[in-house]
Amino acid sequence: MSTPIVNENVQQRTSITSESIRKRRVLKENLTGYAFISPFVIGFLAFTLIPIITSLYLSFTNYNLFSSPQWIGLQNYIKMFTQDPRYWKSLKVTLIYVFAGVPLRLAFALLVAMLLNTASKAVGLYRSLFYLPSLIGGSVAVSIMWRNIFGDQGIINILFHFLGIPVVRWFGNPTAALWMLIFLSVWQFGSSMLIFLAGLKGIPKSYYEAASMDGANRWRQFTKITLPMLSPVILFNTVMQTIGAFMTFVPAFIISKGTGGPMDGTLLYSLYLFTQGFSFFNMGYASAMAWIMLIIVGILTAIIFATSKFWVHYESEGGR
Amino acid sequence: MRMKSAKWWTYHILVGGFSVLMLYPVVWLLMSSFKESHTIFTTAKSLIPHPWIWTNFTDGWKGIGGNSFGLFIKNTAVLVILTMIGQIISCSLIAFGFARLEFKGKAIWFGIMMVTLMLPNEVVMVPQYIIFSKLGWLNSMKPLVVPAYFGHPFFIFLLVQFIRTIPRELDEAATIDGCNTFNIFYRIILPLIKPALATTAIFSFYWTWDNLLGPVLYLNSPAKYTVSMALNMFLSTETVSNWGAMFAMSIVTLIPVFVIFFIFQRYVVEGISTSGLKG
Repeated sequence: MSTPIVNENVQQRTSITSESIRKRRVLKENLTGYAFISPFVIGFLAFTLIPIITSLYLSFTNYNLFSSPQWIGLQNYIKMFTQDPRYWKSLKVTLIYVFAGVPLRLAFALLVAMLLNTASKAVGLYRSLFYLPSLIGGSVAVSIMWRNIFGDQGIINILFHFLGIPVVRWFGNPTAALWMLIFLSVWQFGSSMLIFLAGLKGIPKSYYEAASMDGANRWRQFTKITLPMLSPVILFNTVMQTIGAFMTFVPAFIISKGTGGPMDGTLLYSLYLFTQGFSFFNMGYASAMAWIMLIIVGILTAIIFATSKFWVHYESEGGR
Repeated sequence: MRMKSAKWWTYHILVGGFSVLMLYPVVWLLMSSFKESHTIFTTAKSLIPHPWIWTNFTDGWKGIGGNSFGLFIKNTAVLVILTMIGQIISCSLIAFGFARLEFKGKAIWFGIMMVTLMLPNEVVMVPQYIIFSKLGWLNSMKPLVVPAYFGHPFFIFLLVQFIRTIPRELDEAATIDGCNTFNIFYRIILPLIKPALATTAIFSFYWTWDNLLGPVLYLNSPAKYTVSMALNMFLSTETVSNWGAMFAMSIVTLIPVFVIFFIFQRYVVEGISTSGLKG
């Protein structure tokens, strides 16, 4: 009678100890894991999560950094949409900048990537040359340069004069000034081009060979093979470039010398937010602007992803 | 040697010509920096300066308000090096944790990281400014440097992708040999991810070197200015006639960017192609 009980006890004890060993090992694994990612966790809490929550709170207050925040409910948001024509202007300017600049930039990037997707030895050199504008594009130096080549006596106008096109006063006209910024953004198509080029290299040559044997011309090959095969990369580029374009600050700040002029023609959202927050110290208002920006960017991204199921083709899902 | 075909010539004239056209503004900026200021726009049609002068560089180097341009370069270099060290240490540790270790909540934290990748910086800008001002960090490099020691989502993602390509058998063999987790990271993984660390270092350099918004927010005294702040100040304070000096200093700020690109081109191109780092 007693033996089985002992056995049972022994079994129970070993299962308890192995259980506790396992638990201890899992605990140790968890601790090690968190030790390694702890910089991210701490940084996320301190520099992202707490600021985001603070920002939401501040957006309902009147705050100028020097006195304590004053709760004013939805006043900032109401003022933004009903009493601040500059806000609407900056939103409009930014949307034009994004919706004109991003597609143009991606189209250029894809066109050049396709031109460079050949076996030519010079491709490496061309790739670097086309990438350079993208590399230096975010710098103040390039914005200064852009300001001057579009100046009244700049080379763009000299070229226009030479071609017999009427000279444009790029700084005299809000629309022209905005297009000057859009051209600057299109000029920097290099990094998207590199991503496209990597994507193009991943499309098997045999697809094109088979298609041309079936009599498909270049255009059909482009629409039926290149675009579908590249669609995940196009999606990635579209999302990242749209978000990036929404946050553009440096060129507008430098080219307009911080004013967003002429007549608020280059008052990109970030620049207006910066002006409200750090020139006028309307930090509550700037926070409300930031939240609307977050919502707009979120909606745009969601729309792009929602439409993606109609045009993005994933091979692993057994497409064609 | 056979004759090149007409197709070959068309291709190279088209693509080569387009690349020259793209870079023309930069060449124009470079050439203009050797021209006398008052002739820059009157002779904008011709690239070659007549006469060639160096005084724009010596003038520009004198800087603004008694601070030489050398000081601005030194300030920026210090900022870049401190940032780069922070990013490399923190991002490699974090990436190793995500790529190799199993722990509760890993998927959630990785998801959070991918979301912060797409988060507009503007949302955290105002509260961060308030926090740093309460800490008394305004007019110092701390707000620009300290966050770099807590990782950057782009670099973490890049490194995670890279570590995942390293066979796990290496880690297992090292475990059998008695290596603990930190040693696997330090002795096995770290030496193997050097190319990705180089990409991290290079982009960390580019972004810090070019950064304008951060320094505009946090640095007030000209003696602490970075090169991009200095150029911005040139633009707002210089009289219209001294374009030459401003162009010359613009060129000076672009030189390190070009040099690093031409030396480490491979890492730059790979970094962008594999993880979509924006240049």
